[in-house]
Amino acid sequence: MSSNSESLGHLPIDAMSTAAGEATKTDTHGHSHDAHGGHGEHHEEQNFFLKYFWSTDHKIIGMQYLFTGMLMALVGGFTVYVFRMQIAFPGISVPGWGRVTPANYDGLITTHGSVMIFWVAMPVLIAALGNYLIPLMIGCDDMVFPRLNRLSYQIFAISILVLGASFLVKGGAFGGAWTSYPPLSAKAEYNLTPQGAPLWLLAVALEFVAFLLGGINFVTTVMNSRAPGMKMFDVPMVVWMIVIASILFMASVGPLVAGAVMLLFDQTVGTHFFDPNKGGDPILWQHLFWFFGHPEVYVVLLPATGIVAEIITVFSRKKLFAYKTVLYTAVGTGVLSFFVWAHHQFIAGIDPRMANIFSLTTLLISIPVAEMMFVFIATLYGGSIRLTVPMLWALAFIGEFLIGGVTGIFLGASGADIYFHDTYFVIAHFHYTFFPIAFISVFAAVTYWFPKMFGKMMNETFGKLHFWGTIIPFNFIFIPLFLLGVRGDHRRIFDYSRFPDLMKPGMPELRVLATLSLVTLLAFQAIFLLNFFYSLFKGKKADRNPWLANTLEWQTPSPPPHGNFPEGLPTVYRGPYEYSHPDRAQDYWPQNEKAAS
Amino acid sequence: MIRPIATTREATGIPTGRLAVWWVIASEIVIFGGLLGSYLMHRLGHPEWAYQSVHTNTAAGAFNTFVLLTSSLFAVLAHDAAEHKDGKKAAKYLMITCLGGLTFLCVKGAEWTHEIREGFTLTSNTFWSFYYTAAGLHGIHVIAGMIIMLFVAADAAKGKELQRVENIGIYWHFVDLVWIFLFPLLYIAK
Repeated sequence: MSSNSESLGHLPIDAMSTAAGEATKTDTHGHSHDAHGGHGEHHEEQNFFLKYFWSTDHKIIGMQYLFTGMLMALVGGFTVYVFRMQIAFPGISVPGWGRVTPANYDGLITTHGSVMIFWVAMPVLIAALGNYLIPLMIGCDDMVFPRLNRLSYQIFAISILVLGASFLVKGGAFGGAWTSYPPLSAKAEYNLTPQGAPLWLLAVALEFVAFLLGGINFVTTVMNSRAPGMKMFDVPMVVWMIVIASILFMASVGPLVAGAVMLLFDQTVGTHFFDPNKGGDPILWQHLFWFFGHPEVYVVLLPATGIVAEIITVFSRKKLFAYKTVLYTAVGTGVLSFFVWAHHQFIAGIDPRMANIFSLTTLLISIPVAEMMFVFIATLYGGSIRLTVPMLWALAFIGEFLIGGVTGIFLGASGADIYFHDTYFVIAHFHYTFFPIAFISVFAAVTYWFPKMFGKMMNETFGKLHFWGTIIPFNFIFIPLFLLGVRGDHRRIFDYSRFPDLMKPGMPELRVLATLSLVTLLAFQAIFLLNFFYSLFKGKKADRNPWLANTLEWQTPSPPPHGNFPEGLPTVYRGPYEYSHPDRAQDYWPQNEKAAS
Repeated sequence: MIRPIATTREATGIPTGRLAVWWVIASEIVIFGGLLGSYLMHRLGHPEWAYQSVHTNTAAGAFNTFVLLTSSLFAVLAHDAAEHKDGKKAAKYLMITCLGGLTFLCVKGAEWTHEIREGFTLTSNTFWSFYYTAAGLHGIHVIAGMIIMLFVAADAAKGKELQRVENIGIYWHFVDLVWIFLFPLLYIAK
C-alpha cells in the first residue's frame, strides 16, 4: 500500500467541491485521495503480461472474464452439438467427435449444463459486466478491493483448469448431470466417472469462491465508492441489478457449499450423508441444491433485465418507466426467490400440502417478473425508437423471455408438473428463459458497450445478420421441444430408437428439426466472432458517446484509460435516465453535466 | 500498486473494510446455516442418534466454550486498545486471543483422538459424519482466523492498519458464535 500523500497535488478539486449532501462528507474525509484524479498520466507502460494477466484494473479483469466466458461458450456449444446429433440420429458417427457412447452422452450433457451456467452465464453477466461497468457507471476509478478482484479471476481460472482436467482422467468428465443428484452423483458405480465426479465438485466449489469474492467486492464498491452526488436512486439500473444479484448469490450459495462438502465426503471418504440405506437422505441434496439453484435463476436474470433497461431507455430516448418500481420489484423478486425451490421436487415424494405452498409462491413470483416486462413495454411506448443492433437484442429479450415465463406457469402448478416433469417441455421452458438471459441479453450488452470497451464501432450489417441468424433458429430449436414435451417425450434418453412409444410419427422428425436448427444457430455464431474480432482491429473509431447516453461510462474517452476519468472523477447531478427533457435542446442529459443555472 | 481513490471513499459512513467483513459473515452464516439445518432435520428424524451423542465429551466441550468466549473478550480489549491508537497493546491482546484459539484446537485434537480410538470415525454413521464435518469446518475457520490475526497483530505492533484489529475481531466473534450453536447441538442434546 503506497501512502496516500504521494497522490496529493494532482487536484481537480472543482469536480469535487459542491455536490449534494453526502458529497460533502467524502470531500472532507477523502479529500486528499479524491484529489488523485489525474493518476492516469503518471501510469507507466507495463509489459504485456503484467498489463493483461496480472492487472488489478477492473476493466482488464472484466475483459478477462468476458473472453474466458466466450471461450467456455464454445465448449458448451460444442458439447450440445455432439449430444443433439446423437439424439436426432442415434448411433451416427458425429463429425468432430465420432461415435457417442452412453457414458460420453452423460458426460457431454453434464458438461453442457454446468459450463453454460457456471462458466458462461455467471462470469459474463455478473463478473465481466459487473467488473467492467460498476466503477465506470458509479464514477470511480476502480473496485474497492482491486487485488481481491484479481484473486477472484485467478481462482476462477483455476476452476476451469480443474474442470478441464476432469476430461483427461479415467472415466472422463463427470456424468451425473449439472444438478448432481445422489445416489447417481455419489456412487462411482452409477455415474461411471470415479475421478471426474470429485473434480467437478471441486471446480464448482472454486468457482463459487471466486464469485463470493467478486460479489463482496461489487456490493461494497457500490455502497461506499459512488461518485459524490450519486444518491441511491441515481444509480443506473444495471448496477443495482448486479448488486442485488450478488447479494442473492451470497445468501443462497451457502447451503450448497455445505452440501458440496457432504457430497465430496460421500464420494471420496465413504460417509453416507445422502445414502438412504445407511441413514442418509438423498432428498436432502435436492433441497440444498435447489435452495441455491432457484435463486440462481434470478441471480442471472436480474443483471439481464438491468442490461435491457439501460438499452431500451437509450434507444427509445425516454426515461425508464417507474424506476423505483423496477427497483422494489427486483428486491421483491429476490426475496420471493428463496421460497420457490421445492417446485423442482414435485415428483420427489414431497408432501402434497407442501407442494401446494410451493405452487403458490411459484405462481406469485411470475407477477413481479411480468411487471418488469410491462415496465419495459411502457418505456418503449411513445418513444422515438432506434432499431440498432443492441436494441434489437433487447427487444428480442422481452419477447423470448415472455414465452419462457409463461410456460413456467405450467411447470409451477404441481398438478401439471407431474405430467410435464422430466419431459422436453421442461428443457424448452428452461432454455426460453436461459437463452435470453445468457445469450440474448449478453449480445445486447456486448454490442452496446463494445465501443466503450474497445474504442471501435461494430459492423451493423453483420450485427443484424447475426441477430436474425440466431433468433430464428433459436425458436426452431425449442418450439419443437415444447411440442415433443407435450407428447410426453422423456429426457435423459441416450437412444430413442429403442423406445417405440417415443418414436411415433412426427417425433423423430421434430428431433431432427431441433438439431438442424441448433447446427444453424451455432454456424451463425461465426458471424458474431468474425464481426467481434474484425471490428476490434479494423472497426470504425468510436467517439466517447456514440449512443448519446447519459450514464457516466459514456462521459469518458473510449476506451477509458487506467483510472477511468482522465479529466477528474465526475460529480453526479441527476438520475441516469433524463432523456428528451422538455427544457433542453439536446435529447439527453449526462449525469455529470452541471445544470445551467 | 497505487491505491485507487475508490478504496478511500465512504458513502455509507461505514469503513469499507468493516463493510466487507459483514458481507463475508453474511455468506458464512448461510454455509453453517445449511449444514446445521441439515443436521437438525436429520436429528429430528433419528431419535436413536441420542445413543451416539452420549459418547461426546460434554465437559471438554464446555471448557472449549469457556476458552473461546474468553478469547473473544481479549479481541474486544484489542479493539479498545486500537481505538486508543495503542498498536502494541492491541497486538498483545490479539496474541492472547490467538492463544485461546490454540488451546481450543488442542482440546479438540485430544477429544477427536480419544473418539477415533474408541471407534467413532467420520464414516461410522451419519451422526458422527455430521459431528466431524461441522466441527471440522468450524475448526478450519478458527485456524484461518488465527492466521489472519497474526498478520494483523504484526502490523498493529508497528502501529499500521489499526482499523483491521476491529475487523478481525468481528470475524472472531462470528467464529465464536458458530461454536455457541455447535456446542448444544452436538454435545448437550443427548
